[in-house]
Amino acid sequence: MLKTFSIGGIHPEENKLSAQSAIQELPIPKIATIPIAQHIGAPAKAIVKKGDEVKVGQVIAQSSGFVSANIHSSVSGTVFKVDDVMDATGFRRTSIIIKVDGDEWLEHIDRSEDLVTEITQTKEEIIKRVGDAGIVGLGGATFPAHVKLSVPPGKTAEVLVINAVECEPYLTSDHRVMLEKADEIMVGIEILMKALEVKKAIIGIENNKPDAIAHMTQVATKYSGIEVCPLKTQYPQGGEKQLISATMKREVPSGALPIEVGAVVQNVGTAFAVYEAIQKNKPLFERVATITGKSLKNPSNWKFRVGTPVSDIIEAAGGLPEDTAKIVGGGPMMGKALVSVDVPLTKGSSGLLLLAEEETARKATKACIRCGKCVSVCPMGLEPYLLMVLADKKEYERLENDAVMDCIECGSCSFTCPATRPLLDYIRLGKGKVGQIMRARK
Amino acid sequence: MNIIVITILALCAIGVAAAIILYFVAQKFKVYEDPRIDEVEEALPAANCGGCGYPGCRGFAEALVKADDISNFNCPVGGAAVMSHVGGILGHDVKAADPTVAVIRCNGTCDNRPKTNIYDGATSCTIAASLYSGDTGCQHGCLGLGECVDACNFDAMYMDKETGLPVIIEDKCVSCGACVKACPNSIIELRKKGPKSRRIFVSCVNKDKGGVAKKACSVACIGCGKCVKECPFDAITLENNLAYIDYNKCKLCRKCVIVCPTNAIHELNFPPRKEKPATKPTAATVKPVAAPKAEAKTEEAPKAKPEPKAKEAKDGTSDNK
Repeated sequence: MLKTFSIGGIHPEENKLSAQSAIQELPIPKIATIPIAQHIGAPAKAIVKKGDEVKVGQVIAQSSGFVSANIHSSVSGTVFKVDDVMDATGFRRTSIIIKVDGDEWLEHIDRSEDLVTEITQTKEEIIKRVGDAGIVGLGGATFPAHVKLSVPPGKTAEVLVINAVECEPYLTSDHRVMLEKADEIMVGIEILMKALEVKKAIIGIENNKPDAIAHMTQVATKYSGIEVCPLKTQYPQGGEKQLISATMKREVPSGALPIEVGAVVQNVGTAFAVYEAIQKNKPLFERVATITGKSLKNPSNWKFRVGTPVSDIIEAAGGLPEDTAKIVGGGPMMGKALVSVDVPLTKGSSGLLLLAEEETARKATKACIRCGKCVSVCPMGLEPYLLMVLADKKEYERLENDAVMDCIECGSCSFTCPATRPLLDYIRLGKGKVGQIMRARK
Repeated sequence: MNIIVITILALCAIGVAAAIILYFVAQKFKVYEDPRIDEVEEALPAANCGGCGYPGCRGFAEALVKADDISNFNCPVGGAAVMSHVGGILGHDVKAADPTVAVIRCNGTCDNRPKTNIYDGATSCTIAASLYSGDTGCQHGCLGLGECVDACNFDAMYMDKETGLPVIIEDKCVSCGACVKACPNSIIELRKKGPKSRRIFVSCVNKDKGGVAKKACSVACIGCGKCVKECPFDAITLENNLAYIDYNKCKLCRKCVIVCPTNAIHELNFPPRKEKPATKPTAATVKPVAAPKAEAKTEEAPKAKPEPKAKEAKDGTSDNK
């Protein structure tokens, strides 16, 4: 029996169309639009101005707090302007727009493909370098990585859990990175283990990626303390708490962080970025994303520079199919629809999903029939049908008591609801309001 | 037989004893309530809309009775009549508050503000606002899902299917502010009703720079500041590329309406102008300047036929100050 998390979960159609497509390099854009807020937490502060010359890897926006991350230039050229530009959700946010001119990298970045296995830095140096390199969680939540590595006093990390689950349907970027960069990832994991002072790392991979499991298991034998844990394919296994439950059989209590049970979770892509930052001096300004969709000509995986417009990657994958009704940034379960193809790809872009009309059409919302399906699939053990009603009625106190803040917004409830009620939309709304109230109370 | 009698007597005795105990307990824990609260509540319109800022009419009545000075209280539904009645009950003098009415500060109709994408999520403006920035290029304006209409308890609003914007029925609006609270983009504002319901306001909340705003919506305020320069009463301020007319200073001269290059400033319930200035020639803008002081009177003249003329004129002047 394969391991999986203890309660709830669903199994949507996997649709991993691009799993066999090797990572290709996307051409450098002519104009890069780099938002200064590409992570959870305080936006970075722009430190370049119009007319400045920048090189690849140069810091262009400085982290402005503990939970914040540096932003580096992904291209070389001249800063065209620093202005409010539409982001993926249509809101105008400050971005640095760079006119690209050649591809000149900072000298200290090692661009060779050689594998560097020796880790020379100390724990403190690693954490500092990870922070300086602007590394954020590449699973999609974009939480600054150095914050997770700084274990709060009084707590000790026992196990590093590597999230290579990729439970979202369609997405395959982590899968490809594992197949092509396994050694680098292992060194990255060793670096993370050193920073956390743990002896053990578990890589959780779902069994719908047998080739990745086989390859990673084989490579892991060369490194001590790293083991691969095959998991039953089930959504949302990539959630931190679900992954800990699946791999370690420990339950993180409500409102607590994984460190409470001695675990730190990092995405497999983050481990690769950490390897590059420590061993190659390369800050985070490029990553791999999947572009996929049933009617797309060429579902594929691309390494792109942050700031590349979405239209470029669509072009590279064979152009926008005519029946496209919606472009989703991220996977189909947690992704958000984009408002335009001119918006830039960022550190958090793990994939783009092009959906045709018949796939996206929303059905009319009907009355709740109290079937309890949402309750049985909720991986956090919540009662989504009730939370939706409470959020609609603005009963924030009761929402808080019913642990709305535990919701991980996986969307399993909305997915499974036979009355097609927009459960998650309302819960998210309630979560936002309750969060505001809780912050105000502090 | 005997048993039945004894039973009945025993039950009666228990009943009497319980009644006596309950009586004394009730006396002991009696809560004194000012009888005027009931009286005041009776006088209030029982709409329980919350427009006064209190939870329902009962709460408002309690607050009124407790207060030493009720001049800061206002029941927007009942208006001056109800407040003076309440003042009579409580023995306070009441100044009539200026009546207000809700206005929609967005004119981004489907024609003025073309759609760039489609939202198909839950029918709730609050959710839409938290997820994305609206289905047009303007991230500030009306989302068009009608949360304000749902919030209105007085049937004073409806969604205009053609324009996609909410419309306020002025006669029914009691300015309780429910729609103002409901709108996540804060496009609804309570403004002074003004003399004869005449109002001037900037019907736009777009804070984007001129070019961006204009591209997204042809009637957006582009922050050019022409109205600010034109206004002889310093009633208009410009902040974040957006003009705002202070209704306490505005004398309804309508000069700003003429100079606005995007028609973002709206005038309501004014009689039609004699000749509409073509586009924006300076000559036309100068014309109405000729009679700035007499403006209010000359405008009222043609319409003010019925008998409450004097009264309204008075109201008007007090409004302007």
